[in-house]
Formats: sequence, C-alpha cells, structure tokens
Amino acid sequence: MSVDKDTVKKIGRLARIHVPEQSQEQIASELNHILSWVEQLGEVDTSNVEPLASVTGHSLPMRSDVVTDGEKADDVLKNAPQSASGFFVVPKVVE
Amino acid sequence: MSNLVSGRTGDWEVVSGMEVHAQVTSQSKLFSGSSAQFGAEPNMHVSLVDAAMPGMLPVINEECVRQAIRTGLGINAQINLTSVFDRKNYFYADLPQGYQISQFQHPIVGEGEVVIELKDGSQHVIGIERIHLEQDAGKSMHDQHPTQSYIDLNRSGVALMEIVSRPDIRSAEQAGAYIKKLRSILRYLGTCDGNMEEGSMRADVNVSVRRPGEPLGTRTETKNLNSVRFIMQAIDYEVERQIELIEEGGQVDQETRLFDTSTGTTRAMRSKEDAHDYRYFPDPDLLPLSFTQAYVDSLKADLPELPDQIKQRMVSEYGLSSYDASVLTEERETAAYYEAASAGQDRKMVANWMSVELFGALNKAGVSLADCPVAPQQFGALVALITDGTISGKIAKDVFADMFETGKDPADIIDAKGLKQVSDTGAIEKMIDDVLAANQDKVAEYKSGKDKLFGFFVGQTMKLSKGQANPGLVNQLLKAKLDS
Amino acid sequence: MTELLSLSATEAQQALRQKECSAVELTTAYLGAIEQTAELNNYVAVTADKALEMAANSDQKIAAGTAGMLEGLPIGVKDLFCTQNVATTACSEILRNFVPPYESTVTANLWQAGGVMLGKLNCDEFAMGSANETSCFGPAVNPWSADTPLAAGGSSGGSASAVAAHSALLATGTDTGGSIRQPAAFCGVVGMKPTYGRCSRWGIVAFASSLDQAGPFTRTVADSALMFSAMASHDPKDSTSAPEAMPDLSKALSQGIKGMKIGIPAEYEMDGMDAEIVALWQQGQNWMREAGAELVEISLPHTKYALPVYYIIAPAEASSNLARYDGVRYGVRSDDVQSLDDMYEKSRAAGFGEEVQRRIMIGTYALSAGYYDAYYKKAQQVRRLIRQDFDTAFASVDAILTPATPTAAFALGQKQDDPLTMYLNDVFTVPANLAGIPGISVPAGLSKDGLPLGLQLLAGAFCEDKLYATAATLESMANFKTSAPKAA
Repeated sequence: MSVDKDTVKKIGRLARIHVPEQSQEQIASELNHILSWVEQLGEVDTSNVEPLASVTGHSLPMRSDVVTDGEKADDVLKNAPQSASGFFVVPKVVE
Repeated sequence: MSNLVSGRTGDWEVVSGMEVHAQVTSQSKLFSGSSAQFGAEPNMHVSLVDAAMPGMLPVINEECVRQAIRTGLGINAQINLTSVFDRKNYFYADLPQGYQISQFQHPIVGEGEVVIELKDGSQHVIGIERIHLEQDAGKSMHDQHPTQSYIDLNRSGVALMEIVSRPDIRSAEQAGAYIKKLRSILRYLGTCDGNMEEGSMRADVNVSVRRPGEPLGTRTETKNLNSVRFIMQAIDYEVERQIELIEEGGQVDQETRLFDTSTGTTRAMRSKEDAHDYRYFPDPDLLPLSFTQAYVDSLKADLPELPDQIKQRMVSEYGLSSYDASVLTEERETAAYYEAASAGQDRKMVANWMSVELFGALNKAGVSLADCPVAPQQFGALVALITDGTISGKIAKDVFADMFETGKDPADIIDAKGLKQVSDTGAIEKMIDDVLAANQDKVAEYKSGKDKLFGFFVGQTMKLSKGQANPGLVNQLLKAKLDS
Repeated sequence: MTELLSLSATEAQQALRQKECSAVELTTAYLGAIEQTAELNNYVAVTADKALEMAANSDQKIAAGTAGMLEGLPIGVKDLFCTQNVATTACSEILRNFVPPYESTVTANLWQAGGVMLGKLNCDEFAMGSANETSCFGPAVNPWSADTPLAAGGSSGGSASAVAAHSALLATGTDTGGSIRQPAAFCGVVGMKPTYGRCSRWGIVAFASSLDQAGPFTRTVADSALMFSAMASHDPKDSTSAPEAMPDLSKALSQGIKGMKIGIPAEYEMDGMDAEIVALWQQGQNWMREAGAELVEISLPHTKYALPVYYIIAPAEASSNLARYDGVRYGVRSDDVQSLDDMYEKSRAAGFGEEVQRRIMIGTYALSAGYYDAYYKKAQQVRRLIRQDFDTAFASVDAILTPATPTAAFALGQKQDDPLTMYLNDVFTVPANLAGIPGISVPAGLSKDGLPLGLQLLAGAFCEDKLYATAATLESMANFKTSAPKAA
C-alpha cells in the first residue's frame, strides 16, 4: 500500500486541500512513513472480531418531534465571510 | 404483452430502477429541532446544528424513525431492529457538514415490494431493495447572479427516506405506475405528502438496455425528476438514445445525467469527475439505532387500510373492475369519498358516475376533491334518484352540473326545476302517439324495414317530454306500438 | 498577592467563604499573573472585563449565601471550547475570526456553578499535537523551562502551563489521545480524562468524535474532583452523552485504598523508556503497597497496537469533522479564486497548518475506496481487542498504575523532523481513549534535571470513584510540593 505523488494529488482533491506541486513528493514520503508504521496492525488476528465503533454500549437516544430551534438567521449568518439578503454567497457553481 | 422496444437492428429490453427521495412528514428535522416546513424566508428554519457550526451534534427525531418503519410496513418490507447511520463524505456548498448523515450498510428497512397494475390489467411486482433515512441538503441558486451562487439551508437536514427499487421496471409506463403507486401508499400512511412540484418527492432513474436474454447493459442515472411525466419522458429518451448509440457502434457511458424539462431530453452533467469516493464510515456522533419487535408490531396494528387492501375489498365485495378500483383508491381521500357516497347505494353505479361525471367536472374546473362542492352523501343521493327511477341518467347529468355549481341537494334541484322523470305510462303513450302521428311517412319506412328509424322516434319522444320521459319506458312502449 | 495565587481551589473556596478575600481580589490577582507570565504564551485571549464582572457577581452570591460549586474561582478555557461572543479559534488560522453565538455545555456548566472566565488558552491546532507547537499563535511554554524553552505538552499545553504557572486556578482541556494527561505530567499538575460520555461534547470543536473528552486541569486531586463534578452532566444535545450516574467522589477522596487491587501491566514497560521513569513507576507501586493496596501483575496484550490504531481512527474521524471548515459559513475564505472548489482548496490549504493537513490526508486515505477494510475497519477491530484487554483486567483489579509519559518535557522544536517521534509521546495515554475509560495524571516526582514526572492511574468505565481514591492516595504519598520556576 504505497502512496505516490498521484495518490497525494488525488487525496488532496478528495479533501479539498490544495497541495502545491513541489510539496507532493515530500508529503507522499511522510505519508508512506506513517502508513508503513500503522501497517503492523496486520499482525493482529481479527477474524471474527466486530469493529468497535462506539464505546458507550448504549443505543441511540431519540428526541420528540417538536420544533425547538431555528428562527435565528442572524446568528446563523453572523460569521459568514459573504452573505446577501439572508443567503450565504459563494463563487458560482456550474452543474 | 411485450415490453420490447424495436431498434434498427432488432429488439431491446429496457431495464430500469428508481431511487425515490421522499421527504418525511414531521414537524422538525431528522437530527435537529428546527422546522421541516416548506416556504420560510431564507435560512430561517436553520439551527446551528443545521449550519454545521463548530461543536454541533446530531440528535435523532423519533417521529422520523416511526415514519420510516411505517413506510416499510406499508410495502411489506423487513424492518431491521438495529440499523446504523453513516457519514457520506463530499463537498458542496449546500452540504454544510461536508458530509451527509445517511445509512449505508445497515439501513432501517430491508426488502419489500410494490405491486403495480397497468391499464391493460396486467400486474407487476416491483421489488424494493431497501429504505434508509438520510438528511436532505440545502438549496443552491445559480441563476441569480453572474458570478455568485446563493445558498439557503432551510432544507438542509430535513428527513428523507431513500426508497431504492430493484431494477424490475421494464417500461416508462411501468415506471409511471410505480411512482404513482408508491406515492399513493406514502400518502395513505401519512409518511410523505408526495408533493412532487414542491420537491417533497423526487426520483433518480437508472436506465439501461439489453438484448433479451443478454446480461445487463451499462446504466445511466438521471437525477432529480420531479413529476410522473418527466420520469416517463426521461426513460423514453434515455432508452432511445442508448439504443441508437449502441446500434451505431458506440458505448453507453456510466454517468449521471440531468433532465431538461423544456426539451424532454437528458444531458451528461458538466463536471466530468471521477466517480465520487464517499468514504462511508459509521457516524461517531451517533450510536446504533435500536428498537423492539413489540414497537414495530404496535405500529403495524395502527396502520390505516392501504390501497391494495381497499381495492381488494372493492373488487370482491362491490364487484368493481380492478382498474376502476385502482383509480378510486389512488388517493386516500378519493377512496373515502367513494365509500361515503356509495354506502347503501349501487356500488358499481356510483363508481362509474364518479369516474366520468365527478372527476370530469373537477378536472375541468381545476378543483381538487378536497374542495369539491358536492358532498359524498349528496352524490350518493343523486345516484339513488337514478336507480329508483325519479330521474333518467341524462337528466341526472344536468342535475349534477347544477349541484356542482350551487352545492344544493339533488332532490331540491329536481323539485325546483320540475325535472322529475315522467314514468306515467299513459302520458308517455300519448306522447308517442303524437310523435307517430306527426311522422307517418317515417312510420311507413320503419315498417318496411328501416330499423334505424327507431332511434329517431325515441329522440322525438324524449324531445317532446323535455327529456323527462323515462327512456326505458319510452323504448318499451314505442316498440310495442310500432311492432303491433 | 502571590499568596492568593498559591491557594488551591478548595483552599480558595474556604478563603472566599470566610471572607479572607473577595472574588474580585482573587480574579485581579490572576489577571496580574497572566500579565506577569505573558512570555509563556499560555493565553491567546484574556477576557479581563468579563472576568471582573463575573467575579463581582460571585461576591454577591457568596454574600447572599447562594454560592455555586465553583463560585468565584478563576478558570482558563482551552480555545477549543466555544464561548459565547468570545472569539474561539481552535488555535487555527482558519477560525481566526470566528465568534460563536453559543456556549459549550461544559463551559456553561462552569459559569452556572459560579466559575469566573479568565480567557482562552493556547493549544495545538484543532487539538492535534503533543507539544502545543502547531498552534497558529506560537507555542505555549512550560513554566519549568530554564534557559531553553520546554514544551508544555499537547494538545492542551496552554491549559497545563497556566495552572502550573499560577495564571489560572483551574483550566479546561480536552483529551483525545492524551492531550490532558501528557501536558499535565510535563507541567507537574493534575490532569484528568473522564470516562467517554461523562462530559458533553456539544460546543467543543470536534477533533475525533469517538475519542474526545473534556476534563479538568488543577493543582490537586481534590480540586480535580471538584471541577470534574461541575463539568460533567448528561446532555440530551449530545447523543453520545452517558446517562450513568456519578459516583460519590468526596467519599472516594477520603476513603483510602486499603484492600484495593492495583494492576501493573507488563506491556507498559517499553524499550527506550527513561530509567528515571521506570524507577518512579516502581516507587509508585511501593507507595500504593504502603497505603494498603495489593499490587497485581496484569497483561494488556494489545498495548503496542494502541498507537497505530489511534493514528488511523483519530485522523479518519478528523478528516470528516474538519470538512465543515470550507469558508462558506464561517472562518477564513481565500479571495483570489476561480470557482467554488478552488475556494475550498485554497482556503483550506491556507487556513490549516501542516500537522492538521497531514492528519486529514492520512484520515482521508484510510477511509478511501479500497483502503477502508485494511485501515479503518482493521483499526476498529483491534480497538475492540484493546477494550477487551481492559475489561478482562478490571475484572480482577480496581485500578491500573502506569507511567504517564515516556520522558520528561523536551525542548521546543526538538521533535519536529519526524512526526512519528511526536506520536510516540502518547504511548501510555492513548489506550484509555480507545477503550473509553477514565485516566488521571498525578505529579509524582522530579527528573534529575529537576523536571516534573507524572504517574497515570486508570480505572474501569464510570469508576471515577476508584480513580480518585487511588489518585488521592498517590498524591499524598508522592507529596509533590515543588513549584514551577516561572510560576507567578
């Protein structure tokens, strides 16, 4: 499982983080270093072991269907870098 | 009955499946307490959780869980007592968290089915693979400004049920019947209002074609269709496009397409991205969803009668045709109206009259059944007045038109206008005598073999009686007089 | 003035109750200490006016006899907790300008209990780090530094350092892989991570959701139990919040450990550990034995895999939790962009530091198509085995004693070449996060260079009573009384 420049580009794309051309090689090598270290997990026999997604042992608590929130557009928009007429504004998307 | 489409080089089979996104009927959203109602000012039905502010966390709405289970029960599906919520990770401006909370490997509802009936009476079973709960995204507007898009998060976080069918659909007609039937079931249950124009129900349609008996072809997905008509048009267009493409030696690309409502065509989405890698993993802010069989059973016990059950009853107990029963049960309100109108009446006759006269008048006036000026009992009373001979069918149409306009009872209208059918044999005989006397030449022609003239005499008699003569009696007495 | 600063929280409470000082005087002393220790760079924001206002309020309540559990006590808040109308940055460029219109549940609990907010404390960016070196505000400095600035530990370096430097009486931190316990050990203070679910995560900037837990930094174990009681609550706004009842902690503090069994895990003796730490651990065992506990050798066979498991799960969850920092609704947005995606890519590249970017990349990779089973799923499976190790152990012991860190505080900048060397700092602390069990670091001795060394105690899930009972004993036996040289 080895990471190369192309993989770094692809991951950067998935994560929406621009990785400059000149850094891609170094990042690939850093990632490989860490990944080969975590690969020791392959030594552990996990056949028939259920993944542990949650430590609490409980199941999901539910809330009643009552409107208790919203009506606070000011708070919601307060930190927006750009907004207009109650909308968030972003560079135009072409589908 | 063949569903095959003929291309230039032979027959093709259509294979289609649908993913329907149905907005769950609830007061608040799936994982937050803001309102799920449509139509508010931008970003007013948005909480800090919906806006994905730092540190915000999801808490599930029990009503949405209940509605999903009820929907599963309504399509005879397996209900999974434990299910898991996963994050579906991707970036878009109307997806504040940068992921959608959905269900991937362990959905709340498993396999079920929807039975559709076509106009030709054939029945088909469309398998449902699964139903899962997920968050809806917000709304982006790209056409308000030359360089900017506007984002409204009101819809972000509203509960959706994604209902995934098996690729059992074989024609646009079947697709139309499927979506209508599904919509009907959801409306009966009250789990989704099925309002496609407002976007509470939308469909993504997968389409592929293949030679009969061959393995599946490459499929395309056409997204966000919000009417029955568009769904059917999109399928027809895709089928034609794919057949033509293959027959000319090309290959169908597996891609996502958008439907252009003005031209009735589909086109590939502009962003030619690699297939999304959604990196699904169980949402660590949530725990597994769990409920008991007893809970599911209690929901099942409280379900309303569903269209197929009611239809079955109408066919076996009332003697209606399968198709008529389908039409009457498409909407819960229609079935309810029919039951009330036909109680104690000639069930078949009420059904016929509803199909033709009532629906005709509603359509023409652009009025829904909910706003119908004629109450079901009034309608039933009208039909009763036909069956007991008080008025003829023809007069009844006029009476109905009046009822539709004024909301008055049929008996009152008949009295006021003196429309009572004349069934006095003596009076009718006199009118017949007058007609025959005034048309002796035609009588002679009839007697020498021109049978068609019978209708003429009937017409004249009816005219003389201002339409109030009992047509059955007219026929009977006229025949007697002419053949004597 | 300095006398006021040297009071523990329980001592300060008594002083306030007995009118030996006022809350305003106490807070004023701390505000002075903050200024005096500014070179430690512990505070990224000081809320002086607010603090004095809250202190004045506290004085009124004390006078009226309606004092809350923490009335008038000055508290520093790690800048990962959203504080209403006070900038909250997670020590990241990407949130430099973010002012939340809401208060986290934990800090709301503290203010409700009468606590006074001194300001926001430095930490590693998005809580990712073990030396508070990744903060956009520059590193926090350990008050035990002499000429060479030493790391305060991370990610809650600012919190640990402030309590040690007497510029906060109490401080909040978060612990995802050791971010409370490790800096506490480096700075010679008490740092506790509760059972997962004890403290609400609502309003805390999320790093790794299944691991994050808020906890207290204090000078004494008794202070820790006090602050923890105020912080913890069952919060219906957090679906992972634990409904389990809190045990009686005051009883725990005084009950001693006679008859308790303390586990010593063989696997925690590792290559490359400082001999001093091994010796201190041995000393700790002697103390516990002296106090009447039985020492039991136990095995936690999957210990060595805890770090790699952590360095898959935490980045994976983080990569998803940090997707919301996209410049659309808050935070910093790059201007010179061609499209929405361009805006995302540039804003996040400019706004996130190197370590955060690195972890997002690893996390994204671990979850990506074709790698999920080999990395993320595998890690979750081994996680269950680690949890089972602890379940088995706690069936036969009441608590577990281990070192807190492999070394004493290191010099700032020393561990920057290889990220892995930094990760190895968390080797003793990470297993508790993976298992969701509570842990506490108690200062137990000094290294030959005069730097504090801590010992860690672990207990079973929801057994904070056993945790505090053993911690109180350890504290009393160790009798660590030294003050940091740079303390106010």
